[in-house]
Amino acid sequence: MQLTLKIWRQKNASDKGGFVTYPVSDVSKDMSFLEMLDVLNENLTEKGEDPVHFDHDCREGICGTCSLYINGKPHGPLQTTTCQLHMRSFSDGQTITIEPWRAKAFPIVKDLVVNRSAFDRIIQAGGYVSVGTGGVPDANEIPIPKTIADLAMDAAQCIGCGACVAACKNASAMLFTSAKVSQLALLPQGQVERKTRAEKMVAQMDAEGFGACTNTGACEAECPKGISITNIARMNREYFSAVVSSENV
Amino acid sequence: MSWVTKTLSSTLGKKLLMALTGLFLILFLVVHLIGNLQLLLPDNGESFNLYAESMATNPLIKVVSIGNFAFIILHVIYSILLTRHNKKSRPIGYAETAASTNSAWSSRNMGILGTLILIFLLVHLKGFYYEIKFGEVPMVDYAGIMYKNVFAIVAAAYSNVFYVVFYVISMGFLGFHLSHGFASAFQTLGLNHVKYSPLIQKVGIGFSILIPALFALIPIVMYIQSV
Repeated sequence: MQLTLKIWRQKNASDKGGFVTYPVSDVSKDMSFLEMLDVLNENLTEKGEDPVHFDHDCREGICGTCSLYINGKPHGPLQTTTCQLHMRSFSDGQTITIEPWRAKAFPIVKDLVVNRSAFDRIIQAGGYVSVGTGGVPDANEIPIPKTIADLAMDAAQCIGCGACVAACKNASAMLFTSAKVSQLALLPQGQVERKTRAEKMVAQMDAEGFGACTNTGACEAECPKGISITNIARMNREYFSAVVSSENV
Repeated sequence: MSWVTKTLSSTLGKKLLMALTGLFLILFLVVHLIGNLQLLLPDNGESFNLYAESMATNPLIKVVSIGNFAFIILHVIYSILLTRHNKKSRPIGYAETAASTNSAWSSRNMGILGTLILIFLLVHLKGFYYEIKFGEVPMVDYAGIMYKNVFAIVAAAYSNVFYVVFYVISMGFLGFHLSHGFASAFQTLGLNHVKYSPLIQKVGIGFSILIPALFALIPIVMYIQSV
């Protein structure tokens, strides 16, 4: 395959940045999108040019490190992570536009790498979960209905890649935050700090400068893990009931 | 800041106000439509004029109408606050987006639709509300009592083809605004449930078609009657 790549290049956070066009050849349809970028970077390194910086780690679709806004969609045309996207999803001779996640809360570090530590701070704001530290409990000592366990697991599938923020026209982090609020609010183990957690995580989400939700559903449609916006409704319930009933003034 | 102001100034709190005021305005549309449909009764406007008189004099309606204006203003103010906040959340946009593949057009353009509806509303209030309350209105005699002939003002307005076209197009904008707003308000309130959400969505779509269509029907019929 022969491709033309239009890639956002930016030296550092304060650089203005701009698009640079690169032709790449010798791309196999079986390559992953990141392997295709590896080919480009090998060529650039051989020529003595600065390779294109992008985030990646496990390349198995489970860590949430890879990103990239490809042809107007986070993680490209399929509902998966960029590392699990293959070049067979593109056609020979195609021009592919690659941009970083765009959000005030995700400042660009270099090229396509953005700083997503705002997500870490939202999770940190949620705080700890109180657990008994006595003797070893028996397995399945706490009864949890299968449907509830499934919902909690569905929410816990979020890998924190930030595609929801990238897809949202308002750069809102509500799908991410709601998944993290939900996974603990649903389970008996999460009840002790339930109200405070919802209040603090929402406050941190706002403090990071993420936008508000317009319920377009773009986040759910683009989420590589299929996190549902029912979690956002749950977070709203959790938050509103927490603020009216908690002891936090 | 007290916990109340802190909550209402959060993104979720602002959205809550949008949803609650929006739902109230949805209720208002139904009441307004029921009143308007009396324009089509074949009694030369008598029942509509009597209804207009009772609306203007009933103290309960006066309180509700003040609330209604307040909610419209709140809905507009909070939409401006949220839009400004949301624009700031993405200072540099994308060169290429494929938003149409992941979300409905109306859901992404609620601000534009809302602005167009607001323009309609201002023209509408100037033409009817202001004229009837402060302008010169012809009187009509029903069983020895004089009433304002509001029907005559409406009939005169709807004999103007430009006004009728403007009205019908504006109802189209309202329909698109409601097609997202109705179900979206419930989602914001946290009312998302596997049993009820499919119904809410269907009712929302039905509502967004039926209510604006019935509103638009009135000027169309009255225009045809006038020519």
